[in-house]
Amino acid sequence: MSGKGPFGRIDWISVILYLLLVFIGWINIYSTSLTDTDSSIFDFSTLYGKQLFFFGIAVLGIILVLFVESSFFERFASIFYLVSIVLLLGLFVFGKTIAGATSWYNLGFFNLQPSELAKMTTALALAKFLSDIQTDIRTRKHQMYALVIILLPALLILPQPDPGSSLIYFSLFFVLFREGFPLYYLGILLVAVVLFATTLMFGTVWVTIGLVILALLIYTFKKASVKIPVLPVVGVIIVSILFSLSVNLVYEHVFEQRHRDRFALWLSLEKDEKKLEEIRKTIGYNTYQSEKAIESGGFFGKGFLEGTRTKGDFVPEQHTDYIFSSVGEEWGFLGTMTVILLFSIFFLRLIHLAERQKSDFSRMYGYGVISILVFHYFINIGMVIGLLPTIGVPLPFFSYGGSGLIFFSMLLFIFLKLDSNRLKDGI
Amino acid sequence: MKKLLLSSIIVIIGFTFIGRLSYLQLFRFSPDQILDDPAIKKIYDYPERGYIYDRDGKLMVGNQPAYDVMVIPREVKPLDTLEFCTLLGIDKATFVSKMNVARHYSPRLPSVLVPQLSKEDYAKLQEKMRHFTGFYIQKRSLRYYNTHSAANVLGYISEVNEWELKNNPYYVAGELKGHTGIEKQYEEELRGRKGVKHIQKDRFNRDIGPYKEGKLDTLPKPGNEIQITLDKELQEYGEKLMHGKRGGVVAIEPKTGEILAMISGPTYDPALLVGRERSKNYSKLHYDSIAKPTWDRSILAQPSPGSPFKTLNALIALQEGVVTPETTFRCYHGFYVGNTLRGCHCGGGVRDMNSGIYQSCNAYFAGVFRKIYDKYPTTDQGMDAWEKHMKSFGLGGYLGTDLPTGAPGRIPDKTYYDKWYGDGRWAASTIISNSIGQGEVAATPLQLANMTAAIANRGYFYTPHIIKKIGGSGAIDPKYTEPNYTTIDRKHFDPVIEGMANVYEYGTARWLKIPGVDIAGKTGTVENFVRIDGERMQLTDHSVFVCFAPVENPQIAIAVYIENGYFGARYAGHIASLLIEKYIKGEISRTDLEKKMLEKTLEHEYAKPYSGEPFKINQREW
Repeated sequence: MSGKGPFGRIDWISVILYLLLVFIGWINIYSTSLTDTDSSIFDFSTLYGKQLFFFGIAVLGIILVLFVESSFFERFASIFYLVSIVLLLGLFVFGKTIAGATSWYNLGFFNLQPSELAKMTTALALAKFLSDIQTDIRTRKHQMYALVIILLPALLILPQPDPGSSLIYFSLFFVLFREGFPLYYLGILLVAVVLFATTLMFGTVWVTIGLVILALLIYTFKKASVKIPVLPVVGVIIVSILFSLSVNLVYEHVFEQRHRDRFALWLSLEKDEKKLEEIRKTIGYNTYQSEKAIESGGFFGKGFLEGTRTKGDFVPEQHTDYIFSSVGEEWGFLGTMTVILLFSIFFLRLIHLAERQKSDFSRMYGYGVISILVFHYFINIGMVIGLLPTIGVPLPFFSYGGSGLIFFSMLLFIFLKLDSNRLKDGI
Repeated sequence: MKKLLLSSIIVIIGFTFIGRLSYLQLFRFSPDQILDDPAIKKIYDYPERGYIYDRDGKLMVGNQPAYDVMVIPREVKPLDTLEFCTLLGIDKATFVSKMNVARHYSPRLPSVLVPQLSKEDYAKLQEKMRHFTGFYIQKRSLRYYNTHSAANVLGYISEVNEWELKNNPYYVAGELKGHTGIEKQYEEELRGRKGVKHIQKDRFNRDIGPYKEGKLDTLPKPGNEIQITLDKELQEYGEKLMHGKRGGVVAIEPKTGEILAMISGPTYDPALLVGRERSKNYSKLHYDSIAKPTWDRSILAQPSPGSPFKTLNALIALQEGVVTPETTFRCYHGFYVGNTLRGCHCGGGVRDMNSGIYQSCNAYFAGVFRKIYDKYPTTDQGMDAWEKHMKSFGLGGYLGTDLPTGAPGRIPDKTYYDKWYGDGRWAASTIISNSIGQGEVAATPLQLANMTAAIANRGYFYTPHIIKKIGGSGAIDPKYTEPNYTTIDRKHFDPVIEGMANVYEYGTARWLKIPGVDIAGKTGTVENFVRIDGERMQLTDHSVFVCFAPVENPQIAIAVYIENGYFGARYAGHIASLLIEKYIKGEISRTDLEKKMLEKTLEHEYAKPYSGEPFKINQREW
């Protein structure tokens, strides 16, 4: 430990941004869950009271993290990872089901969600594996190992079912990209997403025609000096067509109707206005209400505790996944801009911290933390403002929920702890 | 590259979010969203509609409670249907079908099961109501009429229509609003202002408390009571006299322009348009296209005024200086226009202004009319002068009375005849019929009464109005308290009024004198034609009468117009005479005259053109 104590070189800017986000989040939870009966903010029977209590536990967790030796996290990363895998497996036997998903352990006073814990431990484990002196990410074998570390918890979480949380683990690929994982994997992924969407929207035939035209255009306008071999291009096109065909197959036979409806809504696939309206009212109800609530806030918002739709409980799950709609309604454009700006600055600050680490482990873990947080932020707000299909992930530090707040906090503060020790390590 | 990947993704996401939020919160936002916010429900608190009193403070229109039996289908528990139906006075089939309609409309919102129970039914039902869960009684306020008269003047209230809903943000579907008469004209004073409570709802449409702690809520402001100028007793008496007759009667107080009575025959009991039978009664009245009870003849009918117009022509001639009261014309039992003789009933001989008026000599006034035009070098100039004088009596245009309907009548001008005959192709002799109030001139009974008031005042009138006092203040529109001067000098009125007084002394109305009251009047008998199934038919003449009394200190000016009543002195003259006696003396001494008017009807006359058989007109009745 440094002579300056546990708080010695901690990055106060990040801490302040963290506290601001938690505070704004709590204010909005207070607003969504306030009833007319007056009760103290420490009333633990209310959601805002409980959230305050969870924050207390989070602070205890943070203090614990700050007092522990930095090297502890690196040393025990594998153990943590194994423990969380066991916990995820255990859910199949001992899990508690809430709202259809078996994602919790009932600890009496508190429901523990191991998938939240596993985000942290997976990030640690990945960082440890990659920073190992013997690991070379450019070899196929080590790429495979890394993939297994990431995908194992994701696979265990998927059948809970909790596809949203499962999806989050893919964010850890950014750590791999940062550490030299070839970028064209990302390119392939992007092409796959584009092919997926265009196939659903226009059909395989048009996608094929489009690809051929694109290839011809490239040949027509390329510089004479540049030689592009024909065979690989044809190969790419054939693979793309096969992929496009498989998209139809998967969409029709693997996806369930509720999934299809979400895509239909998101990509406006349903041409029958009546059916589209029906989907909007059922599957799209949450998105519709949350968009309306945000829209009704206007520039200045309706004011704290004045959001009529928030009060009327029009937006389902508003205190958890849809908390951002309350910001939009009560604080208006000014409020949403503030939150977007705070998050962006916070993330950029964390990237800055990660890049200044001398220890590979610290940097990689830092990237893991940032990737996880950014992914949550992107999917959650994207969904609430109607840009993305409905995928249930919480907004970090904002959404109501004990496991979320506590583990997000610890996730972050482990990194801040590592950062505060950067000058001592890495030799 | 690798180091910048995540940073650039964060920035791109940030801008995407800002773009989308700008679209939602800046572009799509509209400030009046509160109006259709599903989370806020408005509950209205309606104030009592203002009462209407007559000029003496007698109540004419008040309010009465009515009771609707309401049902919330979801909350209905099994009940003794038979007992309930008996209490409500409906049969079981009706009950079942009404329940289905209500359930179909909404299981959780109230529907009206039985509207507008009477007080008696309500009293019976009230005790038993607690046995029937899911039903309740809602009190409403309906108009109560303390008179059977003045239906068209008072007007009625009914539900606002779609056009009004779209154009007037105050009203909400289902609310009541004045749609005719005084109820319409003084709607804003009478209705007051409803109070609004904003209730915050949740997504299940349940109340969860007041919105913004009631900061936006308002209290209801009660409607003003208003006092109108009608004399309830005179109005009721007039309507009794008009029984079985079609036409309009208007009585004005010359000193103020206040309308004392405004009667249209046939009329109806205003109470018919209130309560459970309203729509049935309304259809019956509204679709009676022959008698037209809802068409207010006192302000909408525009017949040729007939002989009362002669008084104005006399005044104009005096003002223009083309005759003196002593100027005479000879009557050849008519007068010549070119080579054709136009008839006259006066008896013939030499006529001056006095006997010209009281014997209603057509030849005298034809001569007077020619003289007016002869004064000017061209007919156009003569026409302009004549038109200007006529219009100064409030003729040929809307009077500006405070009633929502009205008709302008007609005083033809030179462009009118230029269009009709061609420029320069008409002269005074062409339009000579206007001298005796036939031809192209037309006036409503209200205009005739107003014209009479102007003569009674010797040269000015106040715009006729129906409002006397609004609320406690008593102030009314100043345009009703400022005199309008005619273009005739005061001194010219005396010879004309003398002639009008002699109408009662020696003239056409000498049988209608009231002992002790000096009256000045003028009869009118108006030829008229109708077109039924494309065939033009002449009907029995309209009976017209204008008069005022007493001559020296006029308290009342009356115009009576009775369709197909024949001579002016008959129906119109009788009714005018009785109304004056009633108003000035308070009681009727000539009971035989009164009895005749109450009993005689003209229904047989009105049936003639529709009988399909040939018929005679202008038959002698008495």
